[in-house]
Amino acid sequence: MSDNLKYTAEHEWIKIEDGDVAVIGITAYAQDALGDLVYVDLPDVGRKVAKGEDFAVVESVKTAAEVYSPVSGEVVGVNDNLSNDPELIKKSLEEGWIAKIKMEDAAEIAGLMDKEAYDKFVAEQDH
Amino acid sequence: MTSKTPLYDAHIKLNAKMGPFAGYDMPLYYGEGVMAEHEWVRREAGLFDVSHMGQIILSGPEALAFVEKLTPSSFGKIPEGRAKYTVLTNSKGGIIDDLIITKRGPDRFFAVINAGCKEKDIAWIKENLPSGVTLERLDDRALIALQGPMAEQVLRDVLKVDTEGMPYMWMIDAELSDGTPYYISRLGYTGEDGFELSVPADIADGVWTRLMQHGAVKPIGLAARDSLRLEMGYCLYGHDIDENTSPIEAGLSWVMGKENTGFIGAGRILSQKEDGVERQRIGVRLTEKGVAREGAEILSAQDMRKIGTLTSGGFSPSLKEGIGQGYVESDWAQAGKKIFVSVRGRNIAAEIADMPFMQARTKSMKKAA
Repeated sequence: MSDNLKYTAEHEWIKIEDGDVAVIGITAYAQDALGDLVYVDLPDVGRKVAKGEDFAVVESVKTAAEVYSPVSGEVVGVNDNLSNDPELIKKSLEEGWIAKIKMEDAAEIAGLMDKEAYDKFVAEQDH
Repeated sequence: MTSKTPLYDAHIKLNAKMGPFAGYDMPLYYGEGVMAEHEWVRREAGLFDVSHMGQIILSGPEALAFVEKLTPSSFGKIPEGRAKYTVLTNSKGGIIDDLIITKRGPDRFFAVINAGCKEKDIAWIKENLPSGVTLERLDDRALIALQGPMAEQVLRDVLKVDTEGMPYMWMIDAELSDGTPYYISRLGYTGEDGFELSVPADIADGVWTRLMQHGAVKPIGLAARDSLRLEMGYCLYGHDIDENTSPIEAGLSWVMGKENTGFIGAGRILSQKEDGVERQRIGVRLTEKGVAREGAEILSAQDMRKIGTLTSGGFSPSLKEGIGQGYVESDWAQAGKKIFVSVRGRNIAAEIADMPFMQARTKSMKKAA
């Protein structure tokens, strides 16, 4: 079943808005692995990120996880609500997104997994 | 190769997330997660498998002199039953391990040593062992910790042991209903009232299961054990202390006995006590949002110069803020001094803090009259 999202092997989800803006969050698999979230280190708006670069860090009681950008572009929005309530990440796509990146090359998302491929990837991780 | 404790099957049954620690496959956390486990221990009673730790006995006519050679503490005048936190020191004055030694008799001492240091400690003890002392490994025993404000009630309800009036840092002998002897120590590494039960390995699962049936008890993994001890400012061996840190630098001079001047490494340690040290272990409290962990650099807030390094750090579930401990230049070892901790290039505002970060709720060490 498709959900119009794209996924990475680092367990980020990507939703495309307005044709060239990638909204990025972390998947339920990553949320489970991290456990209780206590802090999110957000990037500055305007920051340029390269594909594969880490642009945010999600801290849980147990560990810190970097969030990697699946695309190159410029940060055009961050979810400031996460500063006060990092657990929002787990609530929904609308409330739990981390950052929006305006893509330089929208073709970069073509190489990412769709839901079916990602589910299969996650199933393999657990075995 | 990883070892298993006698409670391994119990953890699997409880769906623990297992992970390697000091050569053992240990429960890191159970279903509810670290935060809930941490809070449960501060409010109710948590059950911990600490069977990976080593249990040994040193006995014989020279045992007292020997433990006072291995550690800077004094054991001569303390009563039988008293337990002491102390350190094994090397000839350079560094710390080989931190441990609890309990006086069981005039010539008999029970010790619990860190899992990761077990073989090293035993080799060290053997190397220094005088002919008048016997070292016995109690590898056939499990160690179960029950920690939290409800711990005393749970012991009364489940094991029918009344520990009211039993002092902190104290050990008694007890018997299960079938007559099996075991030891109960009133101590722990969480800052709460609590106990450690040393039981034969083959009945550990039964004792664990019975304790688990009590409504105030939940199992707690190593991750919450770490956040609980960090809030108390207790040292984690291999991180906050090691063979290159002395008890003086580590702020552990309180373990030293006044009369004991003949322990291994005394030359270096006693002169440090007299003359001071260049770096000291301190607490760090983040005054801005964030989490700083082991390895983060500590910077002066005046000129951003590096003045030390964090050796432990994380989020405090009780205080809801980032805390840590580390070493700084001695001039900076004063609560309230403004610093930054550097995390991935971001400088987070922080200050040097007194430890513990919150009041311990352990019982009095005095014996009830």
